Amino acid sequence: MNGKLVTGGLVVALLLALALTGPWVAPHDPNRQDLGQIRTPPVWAGGSPAYPLGTDSLGRDLLSRLLWGARVALVVAASSAALAALIGVPVALVAGYTRGHVDTILMRVVDVWMSIPAVLLAIALMAVLGLGLWKVVLAIVVVDWTRFARVIRGEALALREREFVEAARAVGLSPARVMVEELLPNLWPLVIVLTSLEMAVAVGVEALLSFVGLGVQASVPSWGAMIAEGRGYLMVGWWGMGLPMLALVAAVVGFNLLGEGLRERLDPRLPTAA
Amino acid sequence: MAPSVRFLATRLALGVLSLWGVSVLTFVVLRVVPGDPALLMAPVGSTADDVERIRRDFGLAGPWWAQYGAFLGDLLRGQFGRSLWLQQDARRVILERLPATFELAVAALILSVAGGIALGLVSVWGRRTWIESAGVSLGTVGIAVPNFVWGLLFIVVFGAFLRWLPISGRVAPELEAPEVTGSALVDTLLRRDPAAVASVLGHLALPALALALPLLAAVFRTVRSDLLGALGEEYVVTERMKGLGEGRILGWRVLRNALIPTTTLVGVQFGFVIGGTVLIETIFSWPGIGQLTLEAFQYRDFPLIQGIVIVYGIAVILSNLAVDLAYAALNPRVGLTS
Amino acid sequence: MTEPILRVSDLTVRYGRRLATRQVGLELAAGEVLGLVGESGAGKSTVGRAVVRMLPECARVEAGAIRFRGRDLLAVSEAEMRRRRGADLALVPQDPLSALNPVFRLGVQATDALRIHRGLSRREGEREVARLLARMGIPDPIDILRRHPHELSGGMRQRVLLAMAFSCEPSLVVADEPTTALDVTTQAQILRILQGLQAERGVATLFVTHDLGVVAHLAHRVAVMYAGCLVEVAPTADLFRAPAHPYTEALLNASSGAPTPTSGAGGSPRGDDGPWSALTDAPCACPFRARCPRRLAACDEAMPLLREIAPARRVACHLHG
Repeated sequence: MNGKLVTGGLVVALLLALALTGPWVAPHDPNRQDLGQIRTPPVWAGGSPAYPLGTDSLGRDLLSRLLWGARVALVVAASSAALAALIGVPVALVAGYTRGHVDTILMRVVDVWMSIPAVLLAIALMAVLGLGLWKVVLAIVVVDWTRFARVIRGEALALREREFVEAARAVGLSPARVMVEELLPNLWPLVIVLTSLEMAVAVGVEALLSFVGLGVQASVPSWGAMIAEGRGYLMVGWWGMGLPMLALVAAVVGFNLLGEGLRERLDPRLPTAA
Repeated sequence: MAPSVRFLATRLALGVLSLWGVSVLTFVVLRVVPGDPALLMAPVGSTADDVERIRRDFGLAGPWWAQYGAFLGDLLRGQFGRSLWLQQDARRVILERLPATFELAVAALILSVAGGIALGLVSVWGRRTWIESAGVSLGTVGIAVPNFVWGLLFIVVFGAFLRWLPISGRVAPELEAPEVTGSALVDTLLRRDPAAVASVLGHLALPALALALPLLAAVFRTVRSDLLGALGEEYVVTERMKGLGEGRILGWRVLRNALIPTTTLVGVQFGFVIGGTVLIETIFSWPGIGQLTLEAFQYRDFPLIQGIVIVYGIAVILSNLAVDLAYAALNPRVGLTS
Repeated sequence: MTEPILRVSDLTVRYGRRLATRQVGLELAAGEVLGLVGESGAGKSTVGRAVVRMLPECARVEAGAIRFRGRDLLAVSEAEMRRRRGADLALVPQDPLSALNPVFRLGVQATDALRIHRGLSRREGEREVARLLARMGIPDPIDILRRHPHELSGGMRQRVLLAMAFSCEPSLVVADEPTTALDVTTQAQILRILQGLQAERGVATLFVTHDLGVVAHLAHRVAVMYAGCLVEVAPTADLFRAPAHPYTEALLNASSGAPTPTSGAGGSPRGDDGPWSALTDAPCACPFRARCPRRLAACDEAMPLLREIAPARRVACHLHG
């Protein structure tokens, strides 16, 4: 048990708890507008206890929106990471195991893919697809699956040279079975670490997209959208922008720490960047 | 062919291939739009004839292979088309704004590499003290937090509370002067106007720092871990056995080794810095092509969008090439030397 | 009798919970070659590194003194040590590839000591080193110095390291298994070169190795270590002809191929409480007793002390009094 693992794990667990219980714990409907109570401060800065963390420009309760935002963040994070792994890992296995031309072609594709700045590609996709939570997930997966592919392929290449793989091939196992039964079990730790780190990235990208108005629909609370909204009345008070920023930072750092902690626990030698 | 020439040629060929890939992706994405692209581009109140004209003007008519041919032809001649939204030639607009983005990106690069290395050295020199723990924590936070969040944080802290540094534009309006080189910093230095230089640096500081922070943190961690690893290496024993002093010379002898994986890291991550200019320029009202990007997408301005994507793609590919060259220069085993 | 150039007394070094050396004492006269032999983990490298004060950060010297020309090296400042290293004291390391900085040309690395201690310029230094290399039989030394370590063979690299070590004419050289990482033919070449350099300049040499055969021709005297303790010291010929300690005998048999009671090549010694577990505290018994074919009752009860059994011969064994 190391410090990073504990801290990261606690933060993520807290996030999960808040996200799961959000709808019941939240004092208000996150979209309910109270136009008589716009831009009120948190309760400790002079606001009303009915809206413990204050309200935004449309009088919506910030606490409730933060809680629902956590749900969005987690759903996006988990789905994008899972899907990106689902695509990236098989590609990496095939490339790393087969080597030769197949590997070269696949890695060239990855290289070209990574030549387009991620932010730009994500924005372009969302501009084309329109708003929506699952479209955001798709955009993140399209943009970042290459991270899994690169790193896992490197590890698969190294593993392929080990004796147990040679032994399996000598016995006559088909390539598919070698990949699944010999390589994959040894790659799980790396996949797990990368998944956690990918979730951190996904939370960040979703926030970024929602911040510029190209993320989830307006009716869905998102920390990124809250940040953009709160920025509009920064001169009145910092909490409208500051609170969702805090939540975002906590989530991103939490997932990162978890990933780093897992890596140190499982195998410090693992590479996390290609 | 000498190995180094072959290496360069391969990288160049790959760069061209990547550029072609970017062009294809741009072409596809812009035409995969649900609905009729020409209709989306047409301003409100256009007639059917107007839409048809738009369709022809912007190469949206005809079979896809003809469209792509025309598109590619235009690209090779450096033509992006005429921006409907800005009523100007897209290429001209982009070229006008490009230096500002370039200056910002370069400033961020210098900050992250120099800052990351310096902090890495400090944290290793102060190892097993509080300096190290502080550094490691900051490193983790620095890497995790997206650059636009840093930008917003700086705006709040320096714009709203501390007011030490400006948070928008490139230079104080009263100190503006016509451009000479495109780089505001170089211009003001050439003019020998200290007030203007200070103003430019002040305006550059926050956006560059926000853009640089994630990469700075990554460089810091890599340099630190490589330095620590190298300290356990046998060659450090040999260096010490010659009587070399710990700090000065050892710092360079070991750091020089650590620069190699650092270069690889910068190569991988610098694309994110380049892409980050989109949001940072928007947040800080920095007059580069990034600031243009979001609105171009909003207005469905195809020529501008195409131009921006291609230019960014070129930027990433060129910077990857530069990093490959740097890596080959630094790593004697890959050997542009010898 | 003149004072030995190196006198190690009572050296006790601990790594964490494990004692690497236990009250080790030995002397080296000027110009003499002392072979320090033992299997891996016996503590011989620790002694060698301690002499030049290049122990790893986790090592703690609990007791002892290392007198070099009368000064206790364990007590001087780091700055003073730096003045000696490369000049009066030198180290020849084991693995020539990992011992050289991969990103700098050999010309830079090989001339460091000359530039620091003799004030030579790079060019002058390179000429000096090239001269040394030429005498080792290298045909084009200037070209070698232009290269990076990975471009050369292991034998070539080790020659450069030898040249580096001897360039400032040290009076004491610690050779830490300098031929272990080389193939047999190259080993012989390197040993010949080392012998030549040592003899012609009269350099005292502490030659650390696990291979007795290597020291047979090179060393004037041999010291044998087991489990952190010094168990026998004798002139080379005497040691080979009539080993006093059972462990020395076993080593000799191992070198010649005869069956021995020791474990396999270089592995950790087996035995119910082999030295690894015993090394956390001062033992009250002979560390070799588990593997000794001539064990006595006394061996379980008391640690044998190093004792002189003949002129210039010392043994730590209950069989000899």
